[in-house]
Amino acid sequence: MQLTKKGKITGALASATCALLGTQAATAAETGHDGWKVDTALLYYSEKDRVDAVEPTIKAQKTFEGDRKLNLNLVVDTLTGASPNGAAPTDVVQTFTRPSGNGSYTIAPGDIPLDDTFHDTRVQVGASWEAPIDRVTRYNVGTNISKEFDYSSIGISGGLSRDFNKKNTTLSLGLSLAADTLEPEGGIPTPLASMAAEDTPQPRDDDSDTKNVTDIVFGITQVINPRMLMQFNLSVSQADGYLNDPFKIVSIVDVDGRPLDYIYENRPDSRTKQSFFWSTKYHLERGDTVDFSYRYMTDDWGINSHTLDFHYRWNMSDVMYLQPHLRLYQQTEADFYRHSLADSEPVPDEVSADYRLAEFDATTIGVKFGYKLADDREFNVRLESYQQRGDTSPSDAIGVQKNYDMFPDLDAMILQVGYSFAF
Amino acid sequence: MRKKLLVLSLAVTAVSACSNLGVEPWERDILAKPEMQPVASAVDAAFDDHIYFSKEASSGGASFGGGGCGCN
Repeated sequence: MQLTKKGKITGALASATCALLGTQAATAAETGHDGWKVDTALLYYSEKDRVDAVEPTIKAQKTFEGDRKLNLNLVVDTLTGASPNGAAPTDVVQTFTRPSGNGSYTIAPGDIPLDDTFHDTRVQVGASWEAPIDRVTRYNVGTNISKEFDYSSIGISGGLSRDFNKKNTTLSLGLSLAADTLEPEGGIPTPLASMAAEDTPQPRDDDSDTKNVTDIVFGITQVINPRMLMQFNLSVSQADGYLNDPFKIVSIVDVDGRPLDYIYENRPDSRTKQSFFWSTKYHLERGDTVDFSYRYMTDDWGINSHTLDFHYRWNMSDVMYLQPHLRLYQQTEADFYRHSLADSEPVPDEVSADYRLAEFDATTIGVKFGYKLADDREFNVRLESYQQRGDTSPSDAIGVQKNYDMFPDLDAMILQVGYSFAF
Repeated sequence: MRKKLLVLSLAVTAVSACSNLGVEPWERDILAKPEMQPVASAVDAAFDDHIYFSKEASSGGASFGGGGCGCN
């Protein structure tokens, strides 16, 4: 204990011990590369009968003298395929006007209505800078710009972190602001208005609308012992503005469950989310690492969710690892979620049939394999399966709806190939 | 008053418990490994955030809430 009060002696002892154990060199090689460290990856995401996405990314980090770091990233995201439009299945052919107002598409009886014109390319660039203020305090600032055909976003962020207790406890505070603009082709649909027939004037408001999102994250990272680390985060996210999905509609059906009308959805114009996140990492004596996390989220739309995430990194040798992954997710539905509306009831002020606001469970099972080609070069590949399961036979299904799957279950495959290097 | 005392004593316990936890600087070799960093793979984390943000009603927690795309 006396030694800890004498920083210089401790420092000298630490250096000597590290040198003896050879860990200082290893540590520098693992975390403190002086030049550029680059991570590249290609993601292929494929949903059964629905969306396919191809997403190349590159992240580069340059470390400067004094532990100052510049981070740059680029993501390109290409989406094609079909996405549920919110309308309910029924026993007759359904015809929907395309979101642009030009043309239409039809859905066979019994099928979940999917809009197959879903395609977009997104480009996102980001840069951030982090540096020490003093021996125990660091700051970071960053910016992100994202642009796609009908959507753009610009964001800034900043954060401070401070170490206490011989750097065993770190408190951090982060703030992020984003300003997004939506410009859907054909304009912003008038909320709750009826979808008009193709090639006729559509119920539209302005050409574009905006939303602003503010995020605050407060975190504590605590070293428990030489093998164990814990992190606790509390975060608040506030979104204001246009929070509808302009492509989502709601069916209004008769007593038999057949559609009489389709209206554009309407969500509240603000949303406050609060999350609690806890993560633990434990390095086993055999050399493997267990990573477990739990997140609880609640918001003022009535959605609560639980997320459990588990990784086990099995270090098969000095150059190879295999990492199984399991993620379990569960959410409740938003207060204004309805799979469809009956024509006998008044149209609520707020309503959405977006399945992502419904109650469902999701499971991700996957594995990642990593191979170290050299000290600073790694190849890795990740294969995962993602499934969403909701209530396909809700008790309030109307008429013929009882004969069909009312929740668009999702089965997706995630394949990622990555290569990291330094120079 | 009793509630305040309870909160205070809990806070003191938590802080002192934290100060009893941890390691000496020369015991950090394992903690310095890449897989022991809070975000072990920034690429995986960014892809996952994007996928789950666009498919679920929750986001963030480990860091900012994600977004910046018209996918949700």
